[in-house]
Amino acid sequence: MDKSKKIDIKSILLNNGIILLLMLLVIYVSITEPRFRSFQNLMNLAINAAPRVIIALGVSACLITKGTDLSAGRVVGLSACLAGIMLQKPDAAGKVWPNFPQLNVWVVLLIVIAICMVFGLVNGVVISYLNVPAFIGTLGMQLIVYGIAQVITNNVPIGGYRADYIAVTQGKVGPIPLLFIYLIIAAAIFWFIYNYTRHGKYMYAIGGNEVAAEVSGVNVKKTKIIIYVTAAAMYAIAGFLLGGKSGGASTNMGMGYELEAIAACTIGGVSVNGGVGKVSGVIIGVAVFELLKSALQFLGMNPSYQFIAQGIVIVVAIALDIRKYITKK
Amino acid sequence: MAEYRLEMRGVSKSFPGVKALDKINLKVRPGTVHALMGENGAGKSTLMKCLFGIYHMDEGEVFVDGEKVDIHNPDEALHKGLAMVHQELQPVPERTIAENMYLGRFPVKSFGPIKVIDHKTMNSEAKKWLENVKMPFDPRKKLGHLSISQMQSIEIAKAVSQEAKLIILDEPTSSLTDNEVEALFRIVRDLRDRGVSFVFISHKMAELRQISDDITIMRDGCYVGTWEMKNISDDEIVKQMVGRDLTNIYPPLTNTPGDVLLEVNNFTSIYDNSFKNCSFKLRKGEILGFGGLVGAQRTELMEAIFGIRHIASGEVKLNGKKLDIKRPQDAINNGIGMITEDRRGSGILGCLSIADNVSIASLNHYLEAGIKLNKKKIEELVQDNVAKLSIKTPSSKTLIQSLSGGNQQKVIISRWLANNPDVLIMDEPTRGIDVGAKYEIYQIMIELAKQGKGIIMISSEMPELIGVSNRVMVMCNGKITGEVSGEEATQENIMQYATQF
Repeated sequence: MDKSKKIDIKSILLNNGIILLLMLLVIYVSITEPRFRSFQNLMNLAINAAPRVIIALGVSACLITKGTDLSAGRVVGLSACLAGIMLQKPDAAGKVWPNFPQLNVWVVLLIVIAICMVFGLVNGVVISYLNVPAFIGTLGMQLIVYGIAQVITNNVPIGGYRADYIAVTQGKVGPIPLLFIYLIIAAAIFWFIYNYTRHGKYMYAIGGNEVAAEVSGVNVKKTKIIIYVTAAAMYAIAGFLLGGKSGGASTNMGMGYELEAIAACTIGGVSVNGGVGKVSGVIIGVAVFELLKSALQFLGMNPSYQFIAQGIVIVVAIALDIRKYITKK
Repeated sequence: MAEYRLEMRGVSKSFPGVKALDKINLKVRPGTVHALMGENGAGKSTLMKCLFGIYHMDEGEVFVDGEKVDIHNPDEALHKGLAMVHQELQPVPERTIAENMYLGRFPVKSFGPIKVIDHKTMNSEAKKWLENVKMPFDPRKKLGHLSISQMQSIEIAKAVSQEAKLIILDEPTSSLTDNEVEALFRIVRDLRDRGVSFVFISHKMAELRQISDDITIMRDGCYVGTWEMKNISDDEIVKQMVGRDLTNIYPPLTNTPGDVLLEVNNFTSIYDNSFKNCSFKLRKGEILGFGGLVGAQRTELMEAIFGIRHIASGEVKLNGKKLDIKRPQDAINNGIGMITEDRRGSGILGCLSIADNVSIASLNHYLEAGIKLNKKKIEELVQDNVAKLSIKTPSSKTLIQSLSGGNQQKVIISRWLANNPDVLIMDEPTRGIDVGAKYEIYQIMIELAKQGKGIIMISSEMPELIGVSNRVMVMCNGKITGEVSGEEATQENIMQYATQF
């Protein structure tokens, strides 16, 4: 009895090691730095986490089907630029498209989503029908989208946003930032898709065993395409929010976000071996990663060292994840 | 010179619960081709693995040229002059012929402390050995440009270059055309005349008759006997291979076949060495067995009907209506289900629950408002099947990979029952399943047939084929070579058709 309990503790430690370790760090910083646990800082964290959760949700579906999406960050950047261009004040200095009509802010969001979904569609088709590995296909898309963003903006930073754009992205309901509410809505929708729809079940089945899924009548190609298109829509939303939150956009916005998203998913238990992953895990993963960054800042760590720390966390997280599946054999 | 090049005496090997080899003898004379024959699972591969030290034999002795040897791994076997050309070749197609031949033992030359590969020596040596087996290829050519039979010949040349005195060929002709077989045999005969011995594992009677001097037959891990090929008839070989009593017990076949349900006409694969012109009919309420040896293309034919593989020509009719099946989804929508042979590879969704595994093919039936899955109904379906098929599991949320093989198979059967197909194709439905679960699966099959469904069962276990089929089709080399009714089917007449080519 005693022995089995010991083994349990060991496996719990190994399976959740990275989260436990980061929680210890967070507790330590909370005690030593009272400002870290202030409501203000928590809300800051929530605001920072919101676009990242939305991106990670999109990426998680790709990961669950044993794919990945390296174009995520650049699509976020393109979306931020497009939304910014369309929502500049009529009299903004250096307006990119001076004659563009003043559309409703939600209409602009829909346009941006539609444009980004085209890139997701191309990703999906390349991966499903041309059998290009997701890693390579989306890497190409990353470059393509970056180039397009530069062409559209002439590589000039965009600013001078309309008040309604600022309101829907930086606003609050009582003390709660709107961004946090968007996060909850997106997570709820994804939770429903993952648990209560055919598409969600197909996604897990493809990740679990693609051949078996195909034999069971799952339209693997179609499911994958839907996944990449949906993911791109999420990047579009995230870019729209990120641009408004920052009050400006440039082509470099969102750079490297795909890697952060993949790391967060993995920390949250989305397996790179496919078939496994929960929405709650994605949220925990992003939260833990954001807490790590914030805690390191509060500790006064040099930003360069923060990158090193983040890199180590990513590799350790994935090594621990892979370890679970190797010991199973 | 010793009387035998290789002598294995009284080799036994047990795995947990199974005696895989029971006092097997194998005596190969110098400069001869020795056929090793037996049904699937008779223990031929296990015996060879024991010889090469991949498995450790429990008892038995091995002599090479009269000298007792103790071999622990394939490398040691090579030093004793034993080499094996595997059924599945493992070459490196992107590298040259010479590099493949000298992989792991590249000739090197030294520049002071630095050793570099001596390509010149390697290529000229390779060329010499290739000429030795009368294969004038340029050793600098990429291996991948050769055909499978040529790659096999390269493997043989490699074995000869390592001074192998005995080469084992494990089903070397299973993927070759007639001309390629002839070319391979020329090389084998030539080397045999120069004193090299061969052990030739094959299921094809005619080929064995062409090339072999002696034959050893195994059955269920036991040694049956060794004959000179000229002293034994084909009929006698078949009889010795299958000569055993039916020990398994099968439920009575209480179903009655009715009208024609499924009609398959002239199915031909896009590949030359796969199934050709296969036609058959399946009746309502019938269990149709498909017999044949490994490599007879039964699985390929069925997977083509189900839309997993492509065909060059052929048509399927279900209830007289022609079907257009391009992928499994089409087959499923038309009422055909298939339990594949490789349960792990293409059956179970390992990291998902039993509930997900049961419902995956029938989720369309459980949609509410076209989008939301009715989890309650799915749970009912799963519980229903768990009870009906007596699947032993703690809960419907248990991961399928933690169940036993038999229970996994029942989950896969449930997956198809949930879809209520008219035709269910079962490829080796009881492979790797214990006797009790087998009996239950037979009962399920008969029950389904009684409900008027048509069942196709591919089986490599002869007694099962005879015991649970209303009719047996036999395939050999991609062709349907015979049809026997369930009452008339015997191991002998099935084996006769199965070794026709």
